[in-house]
Amino acid sequence: MKNSINNAFKIAKKENRPALISYTVCGDNTKDKSLQILNSISKDLDIAEWGIPHNCPTADGKDIQNSSYRALQNGIRLNDIFKLVKKFKKTKPSKPIILMGYYQMIFNYGERKFIQKCKASGVDGLIVVDLSFPDNKNFAKLCKKNSICFVQLIAPTTTVKRMREIIKSSHEMIYMISTISTTGSALKYSIKKIIKNYNVIKRIKPSKNVVIGFGITEKTISNLKSADGLVVGSAICREITRSLKGRQNPVTNVSKLVRKLKNKII
Amino acid sequence: MIKLKKKTSLIDQHDKFGFYGNKFGGNYCAETMRKPIEDLSKLFEKLRKDRKFLKKRDHYFKHYLGGETPFFKLENLTRHLGGAQIWCKDVSAINGDAHKAYHATVNALICKESGKRYIAGDTGAGMFGKNLAMAAKKMNLKCKIFMGTKDISRQAPNVKFMRDAGAEVVPVDSGSKTLVDAVSECMRHYVSNCDNTHLAVGSAIGCNIFLKICAWSTSQISRELKKQLVKEFGKIPKLKLINVIGGGSSALGFWNEFVDYDKKHVELIGVEAKYAAPLSTNAKVAILHGAAQYCLTDKEGQIAETHSLSAGLDYPGSSPLHGLLKDSGRARYTNASDKEALAAFKLITKLEDIRPSLEPAHAWSECIRLAPKLKKSDVIVVNNCGKGYKDKKIYIEQLGYYPK
Repeated sequence: MKNSINNAFKIAKKENRPALISYTVCGDNTKDKSLQILNSISKDLDIAEWGIPHNCPTADGKDIQNSSYRALQNGIRLNDIFKLVKKFKKTKPSKPIILMGYYQMIFNYGERKFIQKCKASGVDGLIVVDLSFPDNKNFAKLCKKNSICFVQLIAPTTTVKRMREIIKSSHEMIYMISTISTTGSALKYSIKKIIKNYNVIKRIKPSKNVVIGFGITEKTISNLKSADGLVVGSAICREITRSLKGRQNPVTNVSKLVRKLKNKII
Repeated sequence: MIKLKKKTSLIDQHDKFGFYGNKFGGNYCAETMRKPIEDLSKLFEKLRKDRKFLKKRDHYFKHYLGGETPFFKLENLTRHLGGAQIWCKDVSAINGDAHKAYHATVNALICKESGKRYIAGDTGAGMFGKNLAMAAKKMNLKCKIFMGTKDISRQAPNVKFMRDAGAEVVPVDSGSKTLVDAVSECMRHYVSNCDNTHLAVGSAIGCNIFLKICAWSTSQISRELKKQLVKEFGKIPKLKLINVIGGGSSALGFWNEFVDYDKKHVELIGVEAKYAAPLSTNAKVAILHGAAQYCLTDKEGQIAETHSLSAGLDYPGSSPLHGLLKDSGRARYTNASDKEALAAFKLITKLEDIRPSLEPAHAWSECIRLAPKLKKSDVIVVNNCGKGYKDKKIYIEQLGYYPK
């Protein structure tokens, strides 16, 4: 279990492709539906990210805001999320799952209690959007102690000096934000520039698994397939919104989308 | 209990991570924002020591905002209540009609210094939005104001000011459609445009640097008041300084120069809106808009909805600096309902010539409660921090009239 994130990258590398990482919001649009979606797409995924919905998400664009809103409207709570993770892991024990959220949700629950619950339910990693370096040092240590991968983020605005420090304190996976934006907006930079930024990180520590996220869609994904991993979030959330609006089943539609994404990177 | 450091100004009492009293503030923001806020912090620390910049600020405060705001005794109200002497620091007399004028002007000046051409800010009551729009126009900056759609409709006069000054008003239709959502949306805009945009957060909230700039700017109020008190009384008399609290920017400005005084000498009293009162109702500490602060949440930690007739107070959080002042025992906090604020407006405007907006009407309400219990030698000063014209429609709806 401990190295399931590393394993996921190893498998992808063996197949000469980037790891495919999804982001959906836990509880979108209902608890059961979100688990069904994740179960269904997991065959095409290497790692699953599940968002913890928060009603003040200052780094998210419209699509993820909508997903979070739906999940909260349907009454999702943190304890439900842990239960759902446990259920997911029961059927797919080797599929790594990363919870992603805002620090307020963890702070309110209690850091230690939160991590204990993560460990008990089988969470493999954590991304805390607004707990950046160096403020996350203690929390990251606490994660490590409990065999949970704390995923550090690097943005286009991060200086090389800072990048070195962040990489030094990072665990198995680093998340590179592709462009100066909230989640889900169009890529502002050329693919060339994004790859260039990616290579700067890789050169500092080639052994780290670096994934690229923010603004990755069906259209852009194949251009970035030289990365260790690619995260698709808003595009999936958008598909859920579209399906619900059209009274279609989000499970089938999202599964089709993820299959397409996978086909573009193999 | 947290201890305040003597002879260190309030905004500088933080540690290297931006925390006040190990508990409030910090920089809870996305990685993308780290470098821009670090750059801004460096720039601000340089500018606040730069004589040329300070001269420029003072020049703008004097010639653009109209200089010192008046300080006077409310004789009729004092007589009517029959207790403490009641004085008014009439900040609403500033060009720009509210204390936000200082903060907006300083932000525009900093934006200019940073070389950025775009400035973005949030607003609830529209006072900050209006002043930022005017300052941006004056300094040739492109301005975007984020405002909840509920506030756009209830504070229409200020929205007109913003648009007339050439600012783009961006309606925010998510959540409660009020200030809390406007701040979130404005921060998102900054995350996406931090390479060319200066973020002017509308109150003493947000990551460390934003609340520092805000409280530094509004502290002009207490610098003036200190001089005015000495001129009037020959010394700083035994005082109670009453100020309304939304985010808390006007109170911080009104109190800043008096924080080092003993609380028996200068008492600091903050008044929140009854259903948006994290400081006076023992709310928990929560992370909102980049900082740890007293904030209304539900059990799950989701940010709670608030209710106030006053758009400027309709906010679930509070400045981390107020958390510090509360936990150190230096300030005390209470609240007033919509009804009490309206009653205060009614009484004040019947007896005196000032026309407070709904926000300071809450402070006046506490003054009216308190004054009769005090002696004639006691001095109450209320910060009348906003002009009432923007709430004319609400006053007419609620009271049936708006005084001349």
